[in-house]
Amino acid sequence: MRSKSKIFAVLALLAALLPAAGAFADEVNIYSSRKEALIKPLLDRFTEQTGIAVNLVTGKDGALLQRLKSEGMNSPADLLITADAGNLYRAKAAGVTQPFVSEALTASIPETYRDPEGHWVGLTLRARPILYAKDRVDQKTLSTYEALADPAFKGRICIRSSDNIYNQSLVASLIAADGLEATETWAKGLVANLARPPKGGDRDQIKAAAAGECDLAVANTYYLAGMLKSQDPAERAAAEAVAVFWPNQDGRGTHVNISGAAVTASAKHKEAAVALVEFLATPEAQAWYAEANGEYPVGEGVALSPTLAGWGPFKADDLNLGRLGELNAEAVRLMDRAGWR
Amino acid sequence: MSKRLEVEAVRIAYEGRTIVQETTFALDEGVIGCLLGPSGCGKTTLLRAIAGFEPITQGEIRLHGQRVSTPGWTLAPERRRVGMVFQDFALFPHLTVADNVGFGLRQLTSRERRDRVAALLRLVGMEQAKRRYPHELSGGMQQRVALARAMAPRPEILLLDEPFSSMDAALREQLAREVRDVLEREGVTALLVTHDQLEAFAMADRIGVLSQGEIQQWASAFELYHQPANRLVADFIGQGAFLPAEPVDAHSVMTELGRLSSASGHDLNPGTPAEALIRPDDLVDDPASQIRASVIERAFRGAEYLYRLRLPSGSEVLCLLPSHHQYAPGADIGLRLEAKHLVVFASRDRG
Amino acid sequence: MSSATAPEAVRPEATPSAKPSTTGSSRRSEGRLWSAGSVGLALLMAVPVLVILGFVLVPAGDSWRHLAATVLPGYVANSLLLMLGVALGTLIGGVGTAWLTSMCQFPGRGLLEWALLLPMAMPAYIIAYTYTGMLDYAGPLQTALRALTGWGYGDYWMPEVRSLAGAAVMLSLVLYPYVYLLTRAAFLGQSICVLDVSRTLGSGPWQSFYRVALPLARPAIVAGLSLALMETLADYGTVKYFGVQTFTTGIFRTWYGLGDTAGAAQLSALLLGLVIVLVALEKGSRRHARYHHTSQRHQAIRRHRLHGWRAALALTFCALPVLLGFLIPAGQLGIWALTVAEEAYDARFLRLTLNSLGLAAAAALLALGLALLLGYAKRLHPSPAVLASVRLAGLGYALPGTVIAIGVIIPFAWLDNSIDAWMRATFGVSTGLLLSGTLAALLFAYLVRFLAVSLQTVEAGLGKIRPSTDDAARALGLRPAGVLWRVHVPLLRGTLLTAALLVFVDVLKELPATLILRPFNFNTLAVRAFELASDERLADSAPAALMIVGAGLIPVILLSRSITSSRHVQTP
Repeated sequence: MRSKSKIFAVLALLAALLPAAGAFADEVNIYSSRKEALIKPLLDRFTEQTGIAVNLVTGKDGALLQRLKSEGMNSPADLLITADAGNLYRAKAAGVTQPFVSEALTASIPETYRDPEGHWVGLTLRARPILYAKDRVDQKTLSTYEALADPAFKGRICIRSSDNIYNQSLVASLIAADGLEATETWAKGLVANLARPPKGGDRDQIKAAAAGECDLAVANTYYLAGMLKSQDPAERAAAEAVAVFWPNQDGRGTHVNISGAAVTASAKHKEAAVALVEFLATPEAQAWYAEANGEYPVGEGVALSPTLAGWGPFKADDLNLGRLGELNAEAVRLMDRAGWR
Repeated sequence: MSKRLEVEAVRIAYEGRTIVQETTFALDEGVIGCLLGPSGCGKTTLLRAIAGFEPITQGEIRLHGQRVSTPGWTLAPERRRVGMVFQDFALFPHLTVADNVGFGLRQLTSRERRDRVAALLRLVGMEQAKRRYPHELSGGMQQRVALARAMAPRPEILLLDEPFSSMDAALREQLAREVRDVLEREGVTALLVTHDQLEAFAMADRIGVLSQGEIQQWASAFELYHQPANRLVADFIGQGAFLPAEPVDAHSVMTELGRLSSASGHDLNPGTPAEALIRPDDLVDDPASQIRASVIERAFRGAEYLYRLRLPSGSEVLCLLPSHHQYAPGADIGLRLEAKHLVVFASRDRG
Repeated sequence: MSSATAPEAVRPEATPSAKPSTTGSSRRSEGRLWSAGSVGLALLMAVPVLVILGFVLVPAGDSWRHLAATVLPGYVANSLLLMLGVALGTLIGGVGTAWLTSMCQFPGRGLLEWALLLPMAMPAYIIAYTYTGMLDYAGPLQTALRALTGWGYGDYWMPEVRSLAGAAVMLSLVLYPYVYLLTRAAFLGQSICVLDVSRTLGSGPWQSFYRVALPLARPAIVAGLSLALMETLADYGTVKYFGVQTFTTGIFRTWYGLGDTAGAAQLSALLLGLVIVLVALEKGSRRHARYHHTSQRHQAIRRHRLHGWRAALALTFCALPVLLGFLIPAGQLGIWALTVAEEAYDARFLRLTLNSLGLAAAAALLALGLALLLGYAKRLHPSPAVLASVRLAGLGYALPGTVIAIGVIIPFAWLDNSIDAWMRATFGVSTGLLLSGTLAALLFAYLVRFLAVSLQTVEAGLGKIRPSTDDAARALGLRPAGVLWRVHVPLLRGTLLTAALLVFVDVLKELPATLILRPFNFNTLAVRAFELASDERLADSAPAALMIVGAGLIPVILLSRSITSSRHVQTP
């Protein structure tokens, strides 16, 4: 009977779904909000070198965190990888991470990019400078993030929605530097200067600046790097029409965020997990990040790809990134009040 | 009296297949007509052509003297002022009884509409049910609502498509009479389509027998029964049997049962092989009669028995006799012919 | 959820109740088993929804006050406007095309009849990405326009894709097939006599459409529309990309931005409340009116032949949704797919495809079985408990996939951890997580999310089978399960295929729940397409997106074949 074979097919499928008991002794299980394409090649290389298997689930930060919290001490995850500092902070606050010590990491990663209590470390830097249309903007008119609220830029700025974590972190860094009240005034000024209601991603802001819809865009550099490498000539042309301006170089420095990793409280393969984090911090892995995704290395002494080198050196904001997480909710409320969609 | 409906030389064909042959008939104002015929004879198609749902291939249809259908041109149904009652009533299930009846009254003010709806519901005896929905009504009640709905806009002509076919036999005749009453009281011109001759007899003033896409005869019920125009009509209307007959003069023929004659006579030449129609009520039993027959079978009809009898020649006839006097199958009966009319046609098989 | 049924052919004398009579005490206890079992199953399916509703009891932070004072009114207004737009779009598109293809004859009708279902295979977020890529200021169309005319920014007016109106158009383009599918079936099932009556009562063809055909098809239209609107409410991908801030945005902003899980769940509960109110309003507005036909006679439809400009107009009207909702975006995806290197099509790509197809097939079969059981139990014993629990089980469709996923994660993890704790305490053995993080959890989430789709279809089909059929089968000695298996299932073959295929296509496109609940190293086409697209690598995401569309086409084509022939297979 056909229906019976269907039932068997379903049962077989269900059986395949149950977790294989007694899997590898040496393995690392990762929950990652960094997208698979942006990490898998490195994980494969790690497995090649060490023989430690790596299992990966990617997803959205909030959801992964909820999964970790619900699963509790039985969670299979050993490592949480996120694309920003705020979510590392949140994971720590939720009690699903644990401190870990590694001399190699302490040596290679500056203190700013590590949790003071050792729950997480940064793995790459993601800078969020101002990009300007080369043909319409004199870079001498640019100075700081704060200046973007200046009426001189009325109708000339593109930036994405406040739903985005990078903008939330940027505003959090401004709150940390200038205080709540000044930042709210600034946010209102910025909203008044927008060329169009926020929409799309960072690439869309760059394209809009290139096309003349606005003169300035705020975007992460790796998006620009990705566009420069694009197979689509129109994307490349758009990317070539803008240039990078590093703001706040005379003060605290340009806002950076990190992608990072935390060892979970439930980790059953803690050693292997730490080994993987150490691997990700090696110059080899750091160079891959820079090359493949245009992110800045978190450690010193790693050669930059020509594209990144071409944008010149810059001073990064040295605020401890844990603060970004602490101030995130405050930043969101502030943007709501300022009418930043 | 003016002509309400004229169907003139109308032929209807689809994709080369003729459904209705060249057909002509007319209805005077206030007359209730009927197209009677077996299923598949084209009667519903003709009715739908009059309503404007089917195009005609040839001829023309006029309503109140106005041309409404010609080949290649069909006035839309909604502009013809025809009312139609469908076999299954087709009440709108999403509307109440009152809203169903008021559906076609959109030109009226709401007050006029209310009055008209109330008047019609009173006419069909449904004023109690006006707020109910169709699914809450019995078949007979739905029928009345459908009638009231079709009559509400005061159509030029009311078309009824097998309106009683889904009713119990017992209910059917009663409803048919009721409907006829209502139509007469309102002076409505109507055309009914049915396959049931009792229904046709109960409702219609004029009946057209439709067979093989053609009107065989257009006449009153009495004429159809007693003076069928051809064998098809004779076969379809009422019961009876044909016996070989021989014309003896212009007014009579001779059959096995004896001489049959009438004042109107026939137009067959003497000596032409012919067949005469013997109705069951043309025969009475007469123990003294020379003409004998044996009972093949009988059917109880309440007041009467219908007997099937075999004559000495082997021919069979039907005979209706009062039930207080019964004959068992196989019994021998004396018969006497008591007919006041003559229905005779030239023989088909021998001619 | 409306329990709307497509037109039924019930005898006028028949009682309106669809409940077959039960006789004998053993039968009665079996009936009780059915209703108890179905209530149990339905409640199981409702667990995630109940978990979310349960958050109402958890004290939330002051996020609420903040949201209400700042952005929430705007979100609600946007959600309502979006729903209004999608309702208009899917009604005009779905009902209009259903009417034209079922009642009129014009060149291309036969092809369009099934092609109109194609946009169903297109995930909303993918069509949104595609149109943005094509029509945005920096896209090829506007760039070419500027190159051609020498205009600059602000010199010309162009409708903005990434706007509320744009989102409504995108969602309408992929959601109208729900309305089309169900409404078309209703039109085809309608008695032509009823339309004819309307004509003889002085209403022209268009008036008859408005006054009779449309109201009679209302349950089917509402059923289709409610599916489309619930999808709209649950949509996050499209509105997020377009920067349109809706109620769903509010949920995620509260959760991710403010880090307030309880507040987010409470907003979700509010969303459910909105859905419940809408469904109740629709139900209430029908009161006594019945929509099944008082007529048993189904005269064959003779399609009205259109000529000249009318035919051209009908063709254009029906071709436009196919063109905009399928051909153009699929073509663009195809062009992008050609530009990316062949590395996108490696062995892993095959694996992704198999994963997607396997999951979709398993979910479709399970959802079908469940819908049959629940639908039949409801027919057997329409008690308040059964009705309420089945309705509750169908609510998952209105919740964003991520919220469903949370509703699955929490109880599953709780169950796993409780079993683990008990096993440790009793036997000293740790069982770890048994269900969490397995495909079983993911399949469960799919069922919760899409049960409404199969349930609605199956219920409509069951409604068309006359109660006397059940009684006849029971009188011939079949038990309720036997009636279902030997009478209903064969009678409903077409309906069941439709139900399974609808779920199949939906699961194929599903993203957020898959993303969160899948086991380690398990990817699907939707995950791949989304990850690349959300990383703003549209071209790289094209092969996976195209594959989703391609795989979705197979069931859609099967579906259209089954609806084309449905006219001839009438249930008695």
